[in-house]
Amino acid sequence: MNDLGWIDPVLGAARPQVMGALLRYFRNLDTAEEAFQEACLRALKNWPQNGPPRDPAAWLILVGRNAAMDQVRRQSRMTELPDETVLSNLDDAEASLADRLDGEHYKDDILRLLFVCCHPDLPATQQIALALRIVCGLSVKRIAQAFLVGEAAMEQRITRAKARIGAAGVPFETPGAPERAERLAAVAAMIYLLFNEGYSSSSSREAEARTPLAEEAIWLARLLLRLFPAEPEIMGLTALMLLQRSRAEARFDRDGNLVLLEDQDRSLWSQPRIAEGLALIDKAMRHRRPGPYQIQAAIAALHARARHAEDTDWAQIDLLYANLERLQPSPVVTLNRAVAVSKVKGPQAALDMIEPLGERLRGYFYFHGVKGALLEQLERPDEARKAFGQAIALANTPAEAAHIRQHLDRLSAN
Amino acid sequence: MLYAILCYNSEEAVGAWSKDHHDQTMQRLYAVNDKLARQGRLGPVARLLPTTAATTLRKGREEMVIDGPFAETKEQLLGFYVIDCASLEEAIHTAKELAKANPGTGSYEIRPVAEFHPSQLPDERGHAKKPAA
Repeated sequence: MNDLGWIDPVLGAARPQVMGALLRYFRNLDTAEEAFQEACLRALKNWPQNGPPRDPAAWLILVGRNAAMDQVRRQSRMTELPDETVLSNLDDAEASLADRLDGEHYKDDILRLLFVCCHPDLPATQQIALALRIVCGLSVKRIAQAFLVGEAAMEQRITRAKARIGAAGVPFETPGAPERAERLAAVAAMIYLLFNEGYSSSSSREAEARTPLAEEAIWLARLLLRLFPAEPEIMGLTALMLLQRSRAEARFDRDGNLVLLEDQDRSLWSQPRIAEGLALIDKAMRHRRPGPYQIQAAIAALHARARHAEDTDWAQIDLLYANLERLQPSPVVTLNRAVAVSKVKGPQAALDMIEPLGERLRGYFYFHGVKGALLEQLERPDEARKAFGQAIALANTPAEAAHIRQHLDRLSAN
Repeated sequence: MLYAILCYNSEEAVGAWSKDHHDQTMQRLYAVNDKLARQGRLGPVARLLPTTAATTLRKGREEMVIDGPFAETKEQLLGFYVIDCASLEEAIHTAKELAKANPGTGSYEIRPVAEFHPSQLPDERGHAKKPAA
């Protein structure tokens, strides 16, 4: 095997489980990380010659743990290290370790690893930076690029986050069912945050830099789903991200400007992602335990199923938003629902719906954009112009401002 | 004699392949496929979606629909179907029909197909003789 492209993915895939186990042994993130690094170095030396062990994660845990313990025991002196050639052939030791790794134990290891990154003391940006470093194993440099900050600043952010976790202590007891559900919810929220960080880009150049964030979020969601295969909200979260991500290629035009959903070239949507997302949302629905992620995924699924923008089942989307409003009341959800209502019942009904939100969404770009578009449809150009003017003043990106300017130009032309 | 070759690997690792590694690997695989097709030896080829998208129908006195892939180690893969379904419900319904026709122990793992290439076998091979019951 001359092509060593297979080793990095194997190391990456094993990482959460190995890091989770090493964190359980050493109860310290830095020690666990150093042990993992050491194990990876030895794998890179050993595996090309001997081939991959039958259970790479078990191998890495054993080697990492031994290396770190040697380090602790003999401190500065160079030590005799265990011979990995022997290790990878120690089928019995490997098998019993693999057995122990099965079952709830290793699930909770990985969940704990994810959960420590979601510590409530940490601001959201630190949570996701830490998860990318610790769980996904992205280099600080790559994380910094994705967040569009300097490497030193990101290094500092991660170090600070680790220090805070160290001070707060890592929860090592095996969680009961309610704690596990709580941890799952916190981790799911962090993963979606990570995804949005990667998805909220407003230009194609920025989107490219941030792509790894969205990809890692999907990777983490799949990991979580493998650990907890019967959780409909985790299915919903994974489906939601896959369906949104399926549109990545269509979201920007050749000049790098944002293209709205209804104007996108749907032939550019990724069919494998759509297929996977639809399969997951189908699975989730069978549980009849709806939740916010599932509903948002179901809405995304209706868009994905529509061949052309005009085939979209807006009535069904309106119903789903109504459900989401009940589960998770928020003026932003109502605003989104109003867009569906405008397609089903016309612009006046939608406008009536969003008028009461004016106070709370005063500083929200999208509110004024939607309001302007509705007024434009109702042929009230002066009020429309005023709303668009407010939107432009609140635009977060040049792309948003450019989009509103198109509306204004159209108003002036008529 | 027709042979099925079943592909096993860590889906996490394969999912983490870099685009280059993925494309290069697929190119090498397609080259093998093409050669087999030219020789008239290639039957249907499918690439499955990840096991996270799988559902399993467990046979028994009462059938059970379980989230996730088939996980028993004491049963072996004995065969597979590729069917066209409008929804997961329809796929589960079909699996239940099979379970009714072949009751008792065992499971059907229902996994969506990501990529499908129909059979390149000449007709008389593609429609191989019915297996002796």
